[in-house]
Amino acid sequence: MRMDLIQPFINSADAVLAQGLGSSIFIENLTMEKEAYRRHGIAAEVCLAGEIEGRIIFDVELGTALQLASRLAAVEISETDEGLAREAVCELANQVIGNAVTALNDEGFHFHVLPPSLLTSEQGSKSTEDTEALVMCFRTYSGNVFMNVALHYHRRETTERAAGAR
Amino acid sequence: MEKFVPVKRSDDGQPVRYLIVDDSVFARKNLARMVETFGGTVVGEAGDGISAISEYDRLTPDIVLMDITMPQMEGIEAAEKIVRNHPSARIVMVSSVGYQENIVAALQRGARHFVQKPVKPEVLYEVIKYVMRDETTTAKSAGAGV
Repeated sequence: MRMDLIQPFINSADAVLAQGLGSSIFIENLTMEKEAYRRHGIAAEVCLAGEIEGRIIFDVELGTALQLASRLAAVEISETDEGLAREAVCELANQVIGNAVTALNDEGFHFHVLPPSLLTSEQGSKSTEDTEALVMCFRTYSGNVFMNVALHYHRRETTERAAGAR
Repeated sequence: MEKFVPVKRSDDGQPVRYLIVDDSVFARKNLARMVETFGGTVVGEAGDGISAISEYDRLTPDIVLMDITMPQMEGIEAAEKIVRNHPSARIVMVSSVGYQENIVAALQRGARHFVQKPVKPEVLYEVIKYVMRDETTTAKSAGAGV
């Protein structure tokens, strides 16, 4: 997977999480994954369509999601408000991915982002050679946030775009 | 949260009435909390573009805060339809997807301003003050397709 496609997601997650939580964020771990995706807790998926296609999954354990939601909403959110914690994870995914998509579009990649949806299955489909997933773990003071990025880059269309720009 | 001087309607000094449109309940709650600190009142909420149009017709709010990426009908299309029926509608797009094309498309279709998520209260406050300025000045800039 091309690093120039991934870097905006790392930058965006760092910036959005740091702003929302008002504290520093650390990238704990960064691995390539060819096995099927396994959910950690509350997971939101955002799909991209266009010159870059694929999906990004934002995954947070329930306790962390409750803490994140409480920090972002500036009110205490308890386990009885799990629905709101799910909404918070979806909104966080939307903001991180939206900001990354903005950076990529301004660099000339054209694609569309679909609204986030909650993942309920324990396991996703296996990655392929074209869409092997990059898994990142961001350590925050509220707990770990996992981002699983599997993108397919349409080489032919992009080559044509580059040729057209010459 | 920071203290803001309340923004009032210039004609009658009443609180600004908001319609908040976002498919995320969490985002709507956060925006509602924010505009209440600006002295505003949330008169309605909608979770997609189609509901936004009907809620606007029913409530005629002073300002609409409109997300872009939503199911059924996206925010830019909804904004265009609202402005077509209500040329004086003040719509502020609030979205995490803030690339140039999107911003230009939203402004050309009648939105008055654009705020990128995550929303900083002080940024939204300044935008609300700007959009609530003298009506003729704002209408001119929107008509020019900024």
